[in-house]
Amino acid sequence: MAYALQQLINGVTLGMIYGLIAVGYTMVYGIIGMINFAHGDVFMVGSFLSLIALLGLSAFGITSVPLALALTLLFAAGIAALYGWTIERVAYRPLRGSFRLAPLISAIGMSITLQNFVQVSQGARVKPVDAIIPGGIRLMDRGGFAVQLSWMQIAIVVITLTILGIFTWLVTKTPLGRTMRACEQDLKMASLLGIDTDRTISLTFVIGAALAAVAGFMFLLYYGVIDFYIGFIAGIKAFTAAVLGGIGSLPGAVLGGLLIGLIEVFWSAYFSIEYKDVAAFSILIIVLIFMPNGILGRAEVEKV
Amino acid sequence: MRGALRDAFLSALVALGIFGPMVGLVSTSGDHGLSLQVRPIAVAVVVGLIFAGRLLILSWRGGGPRQRNLALAERVARAGKYITPILLLAAIALPFTGSRYYIDLGTLVLTYIMLGWGLNIVVGLAGLLDLGYVAFYAVGAYSYALLAMTFGLGFWTCLPLAGILAALWGVMLGFPVLRLRGDYLAIVTLAFGEIIRIVLTNWVSLTNGPNGISGVPRPTLFGLAFSMDGGPGTFGDFFNIEPAVIQRIIFLYYVILGLALLTNWVSLRLRRLPLGRAWEALREDEVACRSLGINVRNTKLTAFGIGAMFGGFAGAFFATRQGFISPESFTFMESATVLAIVVLGGLGSQLGVALAAIAMIGGLEALRDFLSFLGDQMNSPVFAGIASELPLYRVLIFGIALVVMMVLRPRGLISGRTPSVALTKLKEIAPDLVAESRS
Repeated sequence: MAYALQQLINGVTLGMIYGLIAVGYTMVYGIIGMINFAHGDVFMVGSFLSLIALLGLSAFGITSVPLALALTLLFAAGIAALYGWTIERVAYRPLRGSFRLAPLISAIGMSITLQNFVQVSQGARVKPVDAIIPGGIRLMDRGGFAVQLSWMQIAIVVITLTILGIFTWLVTKTPLGRTMRACEQDLKMASLLGIDTDRTISLTFVIGAALAAVAGFMFLLYYGVIDFYIGFIAGIKAFTAAVLGGIGSLPGAVLGGLLIGLIEVFWSAYFSIEYKDVAAFSILIIVLIFMPNGILGRAEVEKV
Repeated sequence: MRGALRDAFLSALVALGIFGPMVGLVSTSGDHGLSLQVRPIAVAVVVGLIFAGRLLILSWRGGGPRQRNLALAERVARAGKYITPILLLAAIALPFTGSRYYIDLGTLVLTYIMLGWGLNIVVGLAGLLDLGYVAFYAVGAYSYALLAMTFGLGFWTCLPLAGILAALWGVMLGFPVLRLRGDYLAIVTLAFGEIIRIVLTNWVSLTNGPNGISGVPRPTLFGLAFSMDGGPGTFGDFFNIEPAVIQRIIFLYYVILGLALLTNWVSLRLRRLPLGRAWEALREDEVACRSLGINVRNTKLTAFGIGAMFGGFAGAFFATRQGFISPESFTFMESATVLAIVVLGGLGSQLGVALAAIAMIGGLEALRDFLSFLGDQMNSPVFAGIASELPLYRVLIFGIALVVMMVLRPRGLISGRTPSVALTKLKEIAPDLVAESRS
């Protein structure tokens, strides 16, 4: 029981990270109907940017933990947003109206480019960092097994919920959110009604990339080890989360992320840790075959 | 000009934001954990290049590049008639140079050409984006290695078996997922490729895990082994010549040349069958295909299976050439390399794929050797440094090439598809000629 509770805590923490990445996938899919393969790599770039910012801040002698975390978060999200904007501008916008495979291939190319760019510029070795917020609360102690809820996990859940709260407000209450929802419903109609669709799509990429960078920041804090390859696996898992929750649905993405996080953690705890990625990928295949609309998604109507 | 300068300046500013932190601040591990290393010159070089490049593009843009490209494509297509036999002759004549280096390089390039032609059936002809092609390559390699080492079967017995097994895997994967939309299919194949690699790494009792399988048997020529001892029943003994390693290398080269040509021949023939036509129709418009009564699922499945089969052949060859296989050789980067070759060659063009593989695999390898040669000759560490760094940049170049190709020439450098009906120019049509407006 205590063991399962511990896994539940770990799973929710991991699920929050996946959920944040999945929001980016689902937003882009909702508006332009393409899978942004490079999104997982933007997450990885965000993680590296956080690492660089943390190292830079400690070089400048800023030791106050909340200040350092806030500055790092802002830096990583800001630069990653620039990455998101540039990727859309360079690799996707010129391809609107091109043939069916073109944006997909371009996205794959972008993903490979980002991965290898980071490998070349930052090196292929894993980058370890010390725990920034050590310690935690001991929830219960039963049968020699202590259930730990670390401050880090609390911080991750709090940050994620705050960011998601701001994001929900942005989408539901602001004019920007209204144009985004309009573009999601019907891109052509929205442009006929005078909405600058190019700008809206750019902003979608910017917001998605910033969220992914937040996820990358928390991944760095939580695991303490990153390398250039994390975006690939995390990207597929977050995509699985988006599909499981119903692609195009924002609450679905978070729900899917939580489910994937829980499944992965429980699978590693009770079955085999070597095959944890296989479990996540198999869920992707099973979901796509048996419930392609996901949990909260709408049925897709193919228009000719 | 002012506008161009302003635009280039803004691009440089964005580049500074993007490359500044990632290139300029490098996290290096020292004695006390990680620390930052500042590289301002590298950033200045990158940003300067972007500025100059943007300025150049903007000042070039007026000249109507589209028509030039079309003319170029036509000329290349006409030249293709001459290029093909020349390439073929060069490929056959290559071993007569006797240089082990060239033959090894040729074998490598031909392996990629074969993989490219195999994937071309799936991506170029049927328009299904397969990102896990390396999985079938791995299935072929492991099938051959395990069959040969467990049951003592020879290469020529195992080759068709490896192909059949890979095709079976292709059909098994394809059957449930082929009704998915194109982008879902892409990500499922990607996940499948990873699953295969993870299983190969972790199923230690069967595959020996990350240590791989060594001592994979070499192929024989009609039962004549290429062994160095020159005993009875070997190639050297039968032809009464001194056994040498080069004989086996040359033999392997001709095996892969034959396999690649087989792939090419089969896909060229298949294109003329109703099946091949259905593939190409499917690539252009799936809904239209369905309404014309084409069985979409079976058509896709055959493309998937046949593509996988050639991947399996290539895998078996890879195993027998290397004599050693491990999951390391079957990463996503391999799939990406093959995909880049197909896309660069111009989705669907046989000659294009061959030229792209020669340029991307052979060309880069040759460039690296040339640079290290220069480095040795001139005693210059710059050239030697670039040469040793080049393999790192190889996949980066592939990634950039994929994006640039899609943006500039989405149908490939040499467009191999000549559509029978094509719109040359958009024409204005008088409204009274149109009964109903197009959506």
